Amino acid sequence: AKSPILAVPEEPSNSLSKKRNPHVEVYCLSGHPTLPCNVLKFKSTTIMLDCGLDMTSTLNFLPLPLVQSNIVLYFCVFSVDVFFLQELKECSGHVFVDSVPEFCLPETELLDLSTVDVILISNYHCMMALPYITEYTGFTGTVYATEPTVQIGRLLMEELVNSIERVPKAQSASMWKNKEVQRVLPAPLKDAVEVSMWRKCYTMPEVNAALSKIQLVGYSQKIELFGAVQVTPLSSGYALGSSNWIIQSHYEKVSYVSGSSLLTTHPQPMDQASLKNSDVLILTGLTQIPTANPDGMVGEFCSNLAMTVRNGGNVLVPCYPSGVIYDLLECLYQYIDSAGLSNVPFYFISPVANSSLEFSQIFAEWLCHNKQTKVYLPEPPFPHAELIQTNKLKHYPSIHGDFSNDFKQPCVVFTGHPSLRFGDVVHFMELWGKSSLNTVIFTEPDFSYLDALAPYQPLAMKCVYCPIDTRLNFIQVSKLLKEVQPLHVVCPEQYTQPPPTQSHRTDLMVDCQPPPMSYRRAEVLTLPYKRRYEKIEIMPEVSNKNGEKDGGFLLIQPNSSYCFSSPFD
Amino acid sequence: MMHHQLALRFLCDDGGIDVIFTLQGDPSLFVASAASQLLVHMLTFSVESETTKPLSTKDGDWPACAQMIIKHIEDSLQSSSSSHIEQSLNLLTSLFGSCCDTWTEVLWLGIAKQIESFWMEETVQAHHMLAKLLLKVAWSPVFCDTESGIWALVTSALEHLTPVQAGPLAVGIVRHYNCPQDVRIQALTVLLQPMDCILRAASQPLEYAGLLDESVSDPATVESLLSSKSSCVNLLCQTLAHLEELLSQMRFSVDLPYTSLLHSLTTILQFCNGFLRPASPLGSTISRNLINCFRVQRSALDVLAALSEKKACDTLLGSLFDVLLAYLESPNTNPTVLKKTFQATSKWLVRLRELSCSNSQWQQTEKILEDVFLVLQKRLCSPCWEVRDSSLEFLTDLIKSLRDQDEFRQSLLSSEVPRLTEDLLEDPESYVRASAVTAVGHLAFITYFAPESPATGNQYNKENTVAKLHEILSTDTEGFPRRAVISIFNKWVREGCIGQLEDTEQFVSRVIQTVKHDLDWEVRLGGLELIEVFSSQTVCRLCVLNCPYTSVSAVTGCIHQNSSLLIFCRAKVFNFLFQSLCDCDQPLGQRACDILLALRCRFYPVKTLKDSQVAEDSYAGHGIAWLQRTLRQGSLAQNILTDGGNRVDFQDPESMLLALGIIDLEELHDELNKSSDHVEKSPQSLLQDILASVGTIEENEADCY
Repeated sequence: AKSPILAVPEEPSNSLSKKRNPHVEVYCLSGHPTLPCNVLKFKSTTIMLDCGLDMTSTLNFLPLPLVQSNIVLYFCVFSVDVFFLQELKECSGHVFVDSVPEFCLPETELLDLSTVDVILISNYHCMMALPYITEYTGFTGTVYATEPTVQIGRLLMEELVNSIERVPKAQSASMWKNKEVQRVLPAPLKDAVEVSMWRKCYTMPEVNAALSKIQLVGYSQKIELFGAVQVTPLSSGYALGSSNWIIQSHYEKVSYVSGSSLLTTHPQPMDQASLKNSDVLILTGLTQIPTANPDGMVGEFCSNLAMTVRNGGNVLVPCYPSGVIYDLLECLYQYIDSAGLSNVPFYFISPVANSSLEFSQIFAEWLCHNKQTKVYLPEPPFPHAELIQTNKLKHYPSIHGDFSNDFKQPCVVFTGHPSLRFGDVVHFMELWGKSSLNTVIFTEPDFSYLDALAPYQPLAMKCVYCPIDTRLNFIQVSKLLKEVQPLHVVCPEQYTQPPPTQSHRTDLMVDCQPPPMSYRRAEVLTLPYKRRYEKIEIMPEVSNKNGEKDGGFLLIQPNSSYCFSSPFD
Repeated sequence: MMHHQLALRFLCDDGGIDVIFTLQGDPSLFVASAASQLLVHMLTFSVESETTKPLSTKDGDWPACAQMIIKHIEDSLQSSSSSHIEQSLNLLTSLFGSCCDTWTEVLWLGIAKQIESFWMEETVQAHHMLAKLLLKVAWSPVFCDTESGIWALVTSALEHLTPVQAGPLAVGIVRHYNCPQDVRIQALTVLLQPMDCILRAASQPLEYAGLLDESVSDPATVESLLSSKSSCVNLLCQTLAHLEELLSQMRFSVDLPYTSLLHSLTTILQFCNGFLRPASPLGSTISRNLINCFRVQRSALDVLAALSEKKACDTLLGSLFDVLLAYLESPNTNPTVLKKTFQATSKWLVRLRELSCSNSQWQQTEKILEDVFLVLQKRLCSPCWEVRDSSLEFLTDLIKSLRDQDEFRQSLLSSEVPRLTEDLLEDPESYVRASAVTAVGHLAFITYFAPESPATGNQYNKENTVAKLHEILSTDTEGFPRRAVISIFNKWVREGCIGQLEDTEQFVSRVIQTVKHDLDWEVRLGGLELIEVFSSQTVCRLCVLNCPYTSVSAVTGCIHQNSSLLIFCRAKVFNFLFQSLCDCDQPLGQRACDILLALRCRFYPVKTLKDSQVAEDSYAGHGIAWLQRTLRQGSLAQNILTDGGNRVDFQDPESMLLALGIIDLEELHDELNKSSDHVEKSPQSLLQDILASVGTIEENEADCY
C-alpha cells in the first residue's frame, strides 16, 4: 500500500520539546545593538542569536598598566567615604573603579538559558560572551559558527584574557555597586546600568571549553535542528567568515541580519538574494557611526598619520587584532610610498598578532573574489605579507623582548585594547601622551574616545577620531529592505529613532513599511506573525480513519489546536 | 542658395518646400535643425525680397512663399501632434532670434494667442521651448517697447508655468534691460522663492529678513516641490545655476537681497551636511532630502563663490567661514565638493582681506587663516590624489591673491604647508606633481624672492628649488609636471625674480637646452615664450643700464643691439627659434616666427637686408642661403642634426644678424598661418570631390556624403 503522506507529527526527540506555540518570540538579552544577544523561540526550538559582550563597562575602570607607572600618581583617592578608599580613584574630575575591569553580561534572568537549544554566531565580535553562556548557565546545546569566526574569535578572547591576566590585580571592587552607594557617586558611575551584571573576565580554560562546543559550518550549508527548522549561514560581507542566518521551516522564514556590509572590503560580499521572502527579518549590527563614511575616515586616518610622522611624531592606533586592521594595512601599503613614509616602521603588537596576520592569509575561501584570485597565482591575498617581508611591518607578542631591541621612532604602533584600559596600548599612552608631536588615532567605533582618554588627562598628544565602521548604514538598510521585502522587521529600539545627540537627523533611523517592531534589553517581543501551515506526517491508521488518500494540510487554529484539512474537502 | 529668387521659386513652386517641411521631423537632429534653419532663411528672404509695403495680418499681403511657411507654422501649432508643435516652436525661436524686422511683429500677433494657450491649457509639454521662444521674442528689438504685448504674455507664462519650467524664462527676463519693473519682480520671485522657502523652513521665527515679500508670492507650489527628494534637488540645482548666472554678470544692474541670499546658501549647505536643526516640519523634510546631496552642495558653493564679489554680505562672515571650514574639515566631504569649497573659500578670503583693511578685523582674519592652513595641512596628506591636487590649487590661488598681505604670509610660513607642498614635488601622481610645481613656484614669491625673505628652514632653498624644478623639467616622464615647470620659469623671468641679467641669461640658456628636445609640444612652446620674455627684458634692461636718464641715440642704440645680440647668441636662443620654425607642431612655428619678426624689428628698424640687395656671396659664407632653403623645405630640424650644424653658426652674432635680415620671415609667417586643412577647405577641392563622385558614383558615394 502507498505509504501515507500526512501523519500526526511525532514530538521532537530532544529533551527540550515543549508545547507548540504558533507565535514567534524574541527575547532581548543585550542592550547594545551591535553586540546583540537575542533568543528566538520558533517552532519549538530555542535559538540564541549571537552572544555579544558589552565591554563599554570597562571605561569606568582604571587602566591596567604593564609596568607600575606614573599614571597612578596622577590619581588622588576619591574621598566620599573611607570605604571607597580602595575602590575608587579620581582623576581630572572623573572617578574610576580601581579594580580588574568587568564586562556587562547579557541578561540571564529573562529566561532559563539552559533551555537554549543552539547558539548561532554571526561574527567574531558577537561571540565574546560565549564562555559566560556555555560555562555558567547549564547550556547543553550546540554552537554554530564558521571556521574564521571561531579561529579569530579565539584570538580575540585569548588577547583579552592575556591582557587582563598578565597584570594581576589583587583588588576587586563591589561595594560601589550597592544601589544606595552608586546613587551618590558622580557621573558616569552614577549612571552606569546593569552593574549587577558586570563580571570579571573569563579564563582560558573556560574559553577552550566554550569553543569546544562549536560546530563549524560553511556558507549556505543547511543545518537541520530537530527536524523542526533548518538554519543556514549566509555571507554578510562584514568580516572574515561573518554570517547572517536564515532560520526556516517549511512555511516560515526568519532572517537574522547582524553585522553586514555592502562595501568592497576583504570578506566575501553579502548574500542579499537569499534574504528575500522572509516573514520576519531581525535587523541588528548596523554601523555605530552612521554619519562617518568609511572611505572618508580611511582618508582621514592616512592624512593624520602622515602629518604626524612627517613632523617627527609617533602614531598610536588602538585596535582589535583582526578586522579593520587588515584593510588599514592594505591602505597603508598603497599609501606609504606615495606619502614618503617608506622608512617609517609599522609595529603590530598583540599576543595574537602573528596568528591573526597568518590566519587572514589562509582563509582564502572566505575572502572576496579579488583576493581569492590572488591565491591561485599564487600570491598572498593580503599585501601585509609584503609589508612583513620588506620589514616595513613588524609584529610582536608584547612590548617586552624583541620589540624593545627593534623599537625605532618615529613609528606607527597598532595595538590593543581599543578601550585603552588594558593591553599594550596603556604603555604607549603613558609613553607618548606627554608630547604634542604624537597622535593617537581611534579607528574602532566601539568606545567613546573621550571616555577612553579620560584617565590619561591631561594629555598633550593629539587625538584623532576616525571610526571606521563598514557595517550597513541607514541608506543601505533602506535599499536592502526594499529589495528583500520582509513582511515584518524587528530591530533594537535605537534604530527606530534618531541618535540622541542628533535628534533632527530623521534619516538616521530604519525607515520601512510597516514600521519596524523594536525591542530593548530584557524585553520579550511577540511578533504579530502567526504560523498558518504546518507540514506533518500522518500515520496510516489516522489517515484511514479520516478517509484520506493523498494528503492534505494542517491548519493551526488560533487556540493552537491543529485542524487537518484535505484538499478534496 | 537662399540669396537667389530663382532658387526660392524653384523650391516653392515645385514642391521642394514640402520636402523641407517633412525634413523638420527627420530622426537626425542635424537634418531637422538644418531644415528649420532653411525655412527661416526662406521666410526672411521671401519677405525681404518680395515685399515693398508694410505687411498686415492679411494673407494677401505676404509673398507666396512666406504664406506657405506661415500657414505651415499655424497649422502645426494648431495640430494635435506634439512633435509638429515643437517643430514650429523651434522654427519660430530661430526666426525671432535671427530676424529683427518689423514684419516679425505682425507674424507674432497672429500666433500669440495660440502660443499662450499652450501653458494656459497645459496641452503641450514643450515648456522649455515655450520659454526659449518667449525669451527670443522679448529680446527682439521689435518688441523692446515696455508697452508691448509680449510682457503680458511673459507675465502670464511666469504665473502659469511651474517654478522649474519658468526658471530659464525668469533668468532671461531679469537681465532684460527694458523689462517693466513688475515683470522683473515677478521673474525674481520665481528665482528667489526656493531660496526664501529654505530660509523660512530652517528658522522659526525668521532671524534674518526673508528674500521675498510674502505678499508677492505664494510658496505652496515651491514647498510641495521641496518636499520630494528628486524635485527638491532638481529645483534647487536649477535655481542655484540661474542665480550663479545672474551673479556672474558683470553688468547686472538689479540688486538682489545679498545678505538673505547668503544666509539661504549657508542654510542649504548646512542642510546638506546635516549640521542644521530645522525648526519646522518642512525644514525636517528638506533636511532629509538634502543630506549628502553632492549636486546641491556643488551648485550652492558655486553661487557662494560668485556672491563673494558682491557687497553687503559682511555681517554673516563669521558663520559663513564656520560652514566653509566645516566642509573643509569633514572627512565626509566628497572630493568634487571639496574642490568647490576651496574655490569659494579662496574668494571669500580675498573678500575678508578687503574688509580687514577697512574694519581692522585682522584678528578674525588671523584665526580663520590659521584654521584654513591647519586643515590644508591635513588635506595635503590625503591618500586621495584629487584632494591633494585641489589643495595645491587652492594654495596657489591664495598666494596669487594674498601674497602681499602680512597676516597671510605669516600664517602660511608658520604652518607646515610650505614643507608639505615641497614634499609633493615627488608625488606619484603626475597631476599632483604639476600642481605642486605651480604651488612651489608661487610660494617662492613669498619665500626666496621676497625682499624680506624669511628663513623657513625648509629642505629647499632658492638654489635647491630651482635645481629640483629643473630636474623635473628634464627627467619627469609625464608632460603635466614639465609644462608646469616651464610655465613657472616663465613667470619667474617675467617678474624678474631670477636675478641679474647674467643669471637670467644662464638660466634661460639652460632651460632652452632642456626643453628644445622635449617630446611635449606645449613644453617646447613654453620654451619659446621664455625666449620672448627674455628677449624683451634684455633689450629693456640694457637700455636702462646704459642710459637710464637719456633717450636712446643712434650710437647707444647700436651698442645695445650688439650687446643684446651677443646675449641671445650666448643663450642659444636662435638655434631653438630657427629649429622651431620647422617644428611639426604648427603653433610652435608660428610663435617662433612671431618672435623672430619681433627681433628683426629691433635689429632692422628701418629696412631689412633683403630690401637692400646685399650680394648673395656676402652671406653665403654664413650658410644663410642654406638656412633659407632648408626653412622653405620645412626640414631644418633633421638637417641640423645631420649636416646643418656645420653650415650655420647659430651662436655667431654676425650670422644671426644676417639671417634675420635676409630670410623672408613674412612669407614664412603667411605659410605657417594657413590652417592645416586649407587645401581641403578650398572651393577647388570641393569641386574636385564633386567631379570625382560624378565619374564613379558608386565608389565615391560614401566619401562624397
